[in-house]
Amino acid sequence: MGSAPRAASDRDETFRSELAELIPHLRAFARTLCGDPVAADDLAQDAMLKAWAARESFELGTNMKAWTFMILRNQFYSERRRSWRQSQLDQDAAERTLVAVDDPEAPIALDELRQGLAMLPAEQREALILVGAGGFAYEEAAEICDCAVGTVKSRVSRARRALQGILENGTYGRDGGEAGDAMAAILAEAERLSHSR
Amino acid sequence: MKRPRSKSPTLDEARLRQQAIGVKLRQMFEEVVNEPVPDAFLDILRRADQRRSEEA
Repeated sequence: MGSAPRAASDRDETFRSELAELIPHLRAFARTLCGDPVAADDLAQDAMLKAWAARESFELGTNMKAWTFMILRNQFYSERRRSWRQSQLDQDAAERTLVAVDDPEAPIALDELRQGLAMLPAEQREALILVGAGGFAYEEAAEICDCAVGTVKSRVSRARRALQGILENGTYGRDGGEAGDAMAAILAEAERLSHSR
Repeated sequence: MKRPRSKSPTLDEARLRQQAIGVKLRQMFEEVVNEPVPDAFLDILRRADQRRSEEA
């Protein structure tokens, strides 16, 4: 064994452990795209394999999280393009996201947040999730979604407004329950959390 | 959550609501992040690494 293979193997080892640390985040992002947890894990595993296969093209020390999220997102959309017509798909994805909320004990506000998210256009939803939940900067989200920074900013801002409107006005009902109090529940919980910290 | 109050109470209220939604969004994401990683994921990495060693 010369020093060149040794260096390649060290590099792979570093890559592998960094990739392993990202698994929980890749699963979470996949879940927001697919809704269905099983399909989401399949997607996240495919993305991991793709990332591993492309490891030579990744520059160690740069942002691996953004790089793997981009791979996962591309994988998601290329699978969708292959299998179904787009309009059909958005409908399916929204329904799957709704169906995925099957825990009757789930806090009401979180349940309704998921439903509200499902009602947003896909590009607004993913922008809001990357920036608002995934902790990405606008610049990183733009790289992941392959669009301009300004586009991400406007998508996030439209998504925030729309989501707030949905949660306040209760465009949907929950088991015939009182619509429109999701925002109140979210505010109450935020209040509780801010006191418990 | 503590910010200096601006002149407009409705702006404050809107900001508060957006912050609350932000907390909820992160909570939704973190719920999955905090789940234990299924073995299948680690197996994939292990197998990929094995194949690489065999090729070398």
